[in-house]
Amino acid sequence: MKKNSNLHNKIAYFTSKVIEPLVHGIFLVLGLVAIACVLLITVYLVVSGIPAIREIGLIDFLFGKEWASTAAEPKFGILPFILTSVYGTAGAIVLGVPVGFLTAVYLAKFASKKVKEIMNMAVSMLAGIPSVVYGLVGMMVLVPGIRKLFNIPDGASLFAAIIVLAIMILPSIIKMSVTALEAVPKEYEDASLALGATPEETYFRVSVPAAKSGIAAAVVLGVGRAIGEAMAVMMVSGNVPNMPELFQSVRFLTTAVASEMSYSSGLQQQALFSIALVLFLFIMLLNAVLNYFLKGEKGDS
Amino acid sequence: MKKVLSFVLAAVLVLGVMTGCSNSNQNQDDDAADTQQVTGTVATDGSTSMEKVIGSLGEAFMNDNSGITFTYNPTGSGSGIKAVQEGRCDIGLSSRDLKDEEKESGLEATVLAYDGIAIVVNPENTVTDLDVETIAKIYTGEITNWSEVGGADAEIVLIGREAGSGTRDGFESITGTTDACKYRQELTSTGDVITTVAQNPAAIGYASLASVKDTVKALSVDGVVPSEDTVKDGSYVVQRPFVLVTKEGTELTEAAQLFFDYITSDAAKEVITGAGVVPAN
Repeated sequence: MKKNSNLHNKIAYFTSKVIEPLVHGIFLVLGLVAIACVLLITVYLVVSGIPAIREIGLIDFLFGKEWASTAAEPKFGILPFILTSVYGTAGAIVLGVPVGFLTAVYLAKFASKKVKEIMNMAVSMLAGIPSVVYGLVGMMVLVPGIRKLFNIPDGASLFAAIIVLAIMILPSIIKMSVTALEAVPKEYEDASLALGATPEETYFRVSVPAAKSGIAAAVVLGVGRAIGEAMAVMMVSGNVPNMPELFQSVRFLTTAVASEMSYSSGLQQQALFSIALVLFLFIMLLNAVLNYFLKGEKGDS
Repeated sequence: MKKVLSFVLAAVLVLGVMTGCSNSNQNQDDDAADTQQVTGTVATDGSTSMEKVIGSLGEAFMNDNSGITFTYNPTGSGSGIKAVQEGRCDIGLSSRDLKDEEKESGLEATVLAYDGIAIVVNPENTVTDLDVETIAKIYTGEITNWSEVGGADAEIVLIGREAGSGTRDGFESITGTTDACKYRQELTSTGDVITTVAQNPAAIGYASLASVKDTVKALSVDGVVPSEDTVKDGSYVVQRPFVLVTKEGTELTEAAQLFFDYITSDAAKEVITGAGVVPAN
């Protein structure tokens, strides 16, 4: 007996002093991998992005209207790219959010179980389509279509990119909004219905306001996806560094980096890193906003 | 206690990363040692336009030298030149002449072949011939409608390549339109240019002669139809060199030297011609 309990004690001691810290350590190391990657990328981007900004000058770089990176007298103004990214993302939000939001309300509140299942599957598949496929379809169908529909010389434009982006951000908006709407306590809706409100009134006046921070987070997530997309917009936007116009060929922040990186050298390459840094800061800012909304949601419930 | 633990673990992690690095360095050294034996590797890196010609050369070379592995990394002329400078490959491939600053940094250029750049339009377009001056005027925006050069009444849509592309550099330097082209679209590959021109009846673009397909129509320039013969005898003027880049004063590995000698020899001429470009010597 005594021996046995002694053994037990030893095992318990061994577990608490050796195994547990070891497992704890393994998890910690795995967690640190993610942090290390973020730190590495941040440091690398800052270190390689700063020299070009210094050489060009922050004001000239951010607010210069002309980009001619390989010219005899190179010009590195990225205002066209910044504005294109902002306009393109805003356009995608204007088109994508109403569609995504109403789809989410329908899925969460109105749809029958079977319809919901099929639509959920379709939305998941939409999210799974690789961006290069979006680009390819856009290039082969959308661009010629826009050219014929609006009777303009060429269809590759900001407008084509906005449409592709609007479709690409639908899944994230729908999925997050559905989750937020489904998390609204049933008592709220029951109370509203009991007071004599119709289901429509209940869903739009009670459920949606109760889920508003979640829906706002969905929009921010959509913005994040739209601003970071490179491949699909590169294939439909024409890639010329013009100041943005709806039916003009434009270049985004992402495509500016992607399209010139493979052949670049010297200051041009450094400037591309600086563009990446600007894009990175944009996305950091969006993440901060997203965090703010998500925290707000926690506070509500 | 926790702080100490996390510090120790972080230190272990960093050390792990560092040992990882030194290990991979060792591997690279081993690889380098391998190339010095008869069985080795030849690493080429650079121009995407040269894929076809260097690929067929590599294949033919490996048939004769089964012990040597040939690799080609299609990164673009600029990247290939940089790879040679930094010693990351044996032979760099560039589809443009070396710039003066690149030559000054100790690089040597050997012309392997000449590539004609075809001016392509949509097959529906009735225009069949332009001279270099007109092409330049079209690309700089002086001529904006096809009716001005004998075609249908439609605004000309200028398709080009991205800044830094060897084809763009070649086209702009030959036509004297460097930095002056008013592109409607800047695409990142030859295939994209051809696809886009094939879709738009008012488009004009440029691409390597070897990669022109039936979906587009290649224009004759100054009355000369682009073909291997007209590029070779110099009568078709829109052409550029395919250059092998090596480091001056640095000896190639045995395998790389063998490959270099082979592709610049008479025996390789047939393979180069077969790839749609014109041998230089």
